[in-house]
Amino acid sequence: MTSTQTAPQTAGAVTPAAGDDIIVQVSGLCKFFGSRRAVDNVSFTIRQGECVGFLGPNGAGKTTTINMLLGLVEKSGGTMRIMHLDIPAQQQEAKCFIGVVPQTDSLDPDLTVEENLLTYASYFNITGRKARAKSAELLEFFALANRRQEIIEHLSGGQRRRLLLARALINEPKLLILDEPTVGLDPQARHLIWERLEILQQQGTTMLLTSHYLDEVEHLSSRVLILDHGKIVAQGVPQQLITELVGIDVFVIEGTTAELDALEKSFKQCEATTERVNDKLYAYTQEDCSRLESLLKKSRSWLRRPANLEDLFIQLTGRSLRES
Amino acid sequence: MKHLRFWTLWRRNSRVWRKHVMATLIGNLGQPLLFLLAMGYGIGHEMQTIDGLTYLQFLAPGLVTSSVMYSAAFETTYGSYTRLSMQKTYEAILMTPLGITDIALGEIFWGASKGLLSAIIMLAMLPLFGVWPSIWTLALLPVLFMSGVFFAAFGLIMTALASSYEFFNYFISLILTPLFLFSGIFFPLKTIVPSARIFFELLPLTPIVTLSRMLCYGQFHEPWLLKIAGSLLLTLFTCWLSVIFLRKRLIQ
Ligand SMILES: Nc1ncnc2c1ncn2[C@@H]1O[C@H](COP(=O)(O)OP(=O)(O)O)[C@@H](O)[C@H]1O
Ligand SMILES: [Mg+2]
Repeated sequence: MTSTQTAPQTAGAVTPAAGDDIIVQVSGLCKFFGSRRAVDNVSFTIRQGECVGFLGPNGAGKTTTINMLLGLVEKSGGTMRIMHLDIPAQQQEAKCFIGVVPQTDSLDPDLTVEENLLTYASYFNITGRKARAKSAELLEFFALANRRQEIIEHLSGGQRRRLLLARALINEPKLLILDEPTVGLDPQARHLIWERLEILQQQGTTMLLTSHYLDEVEHLSSRVLILDHGKIVAQGVPQQLITELVGIDVFVIEGTTAELDALEKSFKQCEATTERVNDKLYAYTQEDCSRLESLLKKSRSWLRRPANLEDLFIQLTGRSLRES
Repeated sequence: MKHLRFWTLWRRNSRVWRKHVMATLIGNLGQPLLFLLAMGYGIGHEMQTIDGLTYLQFLAPGLVTSSVMYSAAFETTYGSYTRLSMQKTYEAILMTPLGITDIALGEIFWGASKGLLSAIIMLAMLPLFGVWPSIWTLALLPVLFMSGVFFAAFGLIMTALASSYEFFNYFISLILTPLFLFSGIFFPLKTIVPSARIFFELLPLTPIVTLSRMLCYGQFHEPWLLKIAGSLLLTLFTCWLSVIFLRKRLIQ
């Protein structure tokens, strides 16, 4: 697979007039399931051409927020606008501009690969030659052209997910919403999808993306929103957030309790925040602490790496497991 | 064509149906045809005529309506429930400009179309049994379609309430089977005491069975307009309810 392939046309390529580039505007959005606050006063904006990463542990409220944007869940409060259309009042119009890759596979098992696309196109009132051409273009782009007549059951997990993506693009959406588009796939299948998303992103497609593969979100997203317990706990440009909230470098050191206690003290003198997890010491440094490396020679093992989104994520949402 | 969006779902269903036409047709037509054979031929010979009709003639139009009822109701229960729960078809459709009303109408009209089709095939086969429908039978077709809409909408309400396929056993045992047996398909309702008869006359399938028999043989001795108007009102009400129930089920 080469990434030099031409991407299917999406509406994102058009440059809008200044100030008129807001695609999604959500403010004070809430959803209560009984007494559970699944989404609690969430506000954000997505502008034309942005790829916004939507992060948070299981049960944080990502899918619920997306489903409210799609009208599948009724909001308990707040306002939502997509392309200046009021949601849910103008939901049906808004959906003409949205493409969705849902969290759960909803391909039509009664239909073949191509029929899936053509049928979905017909829901958008795209029919005949236009639908066939668009479907052929998308199957080509997602490396499914030779699977055109296949029944869905015979596709691999990666192929199904690519078909879901192709389906989401059938109406040339102005906003592409992806809810964990690569979850459960092997690395090869995942990379193929991320490669395609990258092409779409470079081409200017506006995206809202949730994923648990943080390195990939970091790579694709121009901005991230981190959600926990239904609230936004941080938002901004990934690298900026990481430097501000985590630091520059991360040291991970293994050793005895006594050794780690001593090291922790040294790191504290070097503008670093530290964390102990079992027999490991994590030090997040705000400045260059490479001079401390000489102290680490005696340790069982240690490494130093740049701070990443995963560190930020853990820092904001903790290490404890979440029930979904 | 904003208001005809539901039609695209109808087309999706017909596309799937065309892939296994035979199996579904046999499933829908098998039972009423076997009844016609067993009851009409089997015990029909031993019975006197009813209102000037042989028992086979008496039975045939009613069985046609029952095939509409079963085809339409089965499609929007077992068929729709599969699309709702396992296949997540509705969820996928709700991400397009189609709304709940479009889904409900698409499913209902599809179910009704299947009902009408089994009716047409059964009517066309009646001459094989020596039963010759009149020209008025053409006027019966829209009535049968309306009845298909009613039972498809009823089935869709059951689907919106169902938590598993087993739930439909209640629908079949407590609603469809009693309607099949007590709507005047197998015996004339005249034989029931007047005070109880009114109840049977008001069952939703009864006016359709009566109309079916009247139009099939070109007789107009009953208030046909009243029966059509009443059934139409009930059908519209049931469609409206089905949209409400489906919305409750699909939107959290
Ligand atoms: N239909 C529902 N009824 C009750 N609670 C729900 C429902 N849907 C989601 N929730 C709850 O809302 C919270 C947020 O869920 P969700 O949006 O799916 O999280 P995420 O997608 O971030 O993993 C969870 O606590 C979940 O259990
Ligand atoms: Mg989710």
